[in-house]
Amino acid sequence: MKRLLLVLLLVPWIAAAEETWPSADNARVEARLKALAIELRCLVCQNQTLADSNAPLAEDLRREIRAMIARNMSDKDIIEFLVARYGDFVLYRPPLKATTILLWLGPFVLLAIGGMTFVLALKRRQRKLAAVVLSEEEHDRAAQLLSEGTRRS
Amino acid sequence: MKRFLLPLAVFVVLVGFLGVGLKLDPREVPSPLIGKPAPDFSLPQLHNPEKVFSPKDAVGKVWLLNVWASWCGGCRDEHPVLMRLAQSSQVPLYGMDYKDRRDEALTWLRQWGNPYPVTVMDETGRAGIDYGVYGVPETYVIDKTGVIRYKQIGPLDEETVQGKILPLVQELQQK
Repeated sequence: MKRLLLVLLLVPWIAAAEETWPSADNARVEARLKALAIELRCLVCQNQTLADSNAPLAEDLRREIRAMIARNMSDKDIIEFLVARYGDFVLYRPPLKATTILLWLGPFVLLAIGGMTFVLALKRRQRKLAAVVLSEEEHDRAAQLLSEGTRRS
Repeated sequence: MKRFLLPLAVFVVLVGFLGVGLKLDPREVPSPLIGKPAPDFSLPQLHNPEKVFSPKDAVGKVWLLNVWASWCGGCRDEHPVLMRLAQSSQVPLYGMDYKDRRDEALTWLRQWGNPYPVTVMDETGRAGIDYGVYGVPETYVIDKTGVIRYKQIGPLDEETVQGKILPLVQELQQK
C-alpha cells in the first residue's frame, strides 16, 4: 500500500517531465520564463497566459523563450521577437499608441462621466428636498408617527 | 417621458457597439507581418526530403503559402477550395505541413488530393513561429519581391478566394 502511494505521488512528476524537469541549473531560466510568460497571451486560447496554457503553440513558444533566455537575450528583445510575429495582441499590457488610446483612457472618461452624472443628480435632489416645507400640523403628525413607531418596536 | 430619452439613447449606442462586437472574430488578430519580407526558412520537402525549399526559390513570382496539417479539421474544410484554386493555375500554391508526421501527411494528400507543387515540412513548428502561425490553416499572399501582402487565418472559402485573394494576386502580378 505504501509503495503504491509512493508511485501515485510520482505520477504528476512523470506528466510534467515531458516539458520541463526542474533542476538547479535551469531554475533561474524557469523563473525568468515564468515572469515573462504571465505577461504574454497564448494566441490559441486567448484568455490564458502563455504560462497557463497547455496548447501546443504555447509549449513551443515557452521552448523558444527558454532558448532565448539561454542565449542571454534581454526581456525586451524577447518581447520584441514575439510582438514582431504575433503583434501587440500577445501582450497583456498593450503599449500606449494612437490605436490603443481609447483602450487606455476610455475607462477614465467613462468614470468621469459617471462621476459628473452622480454629482449632478445629487445636486438636483438636494434642490428638490430644500423646496419641501412642512407646516406645523404636518410636523406634529410626523413626530406622533415616529414616537408610535418607537413604542411598537 | 423625457427622462427616459437619455438612458434609451445610451442603451441604443451600447447595443450598437455590442452588435458590431458580435460580428468581429477575436481569432482574427491583425498580423504585424503584412508589408514585411516573408521570413526565410529552408525546410525539407514532404515528397522529397533530400531536397529543400526556401521562399528565396519563389522570388520573382506572386505565390501563396498555405500552412496545413493532417490533424487539422479546418484544413479538410478548405481543401476543395484549394484544389479548385490549384486547377485554375492562376497562382502557385505552396504548402507548409505544420507540426505533422510525414507518413500521415502523405496519406492525407493521397486521400484528398494534392494542390501543392511543393510542400515543406515544419516538424518542430519553428518556421511557423516566424510566420506568426497560431491557427492552422493559415494562408499568406507573397509578392514578387518576397513581401507578405495578406494573411488569412482559418480556412479559405470560395468567397475569400474570389473576392480577396485572386484580385490581390492579379494586382501584384501586374506590378
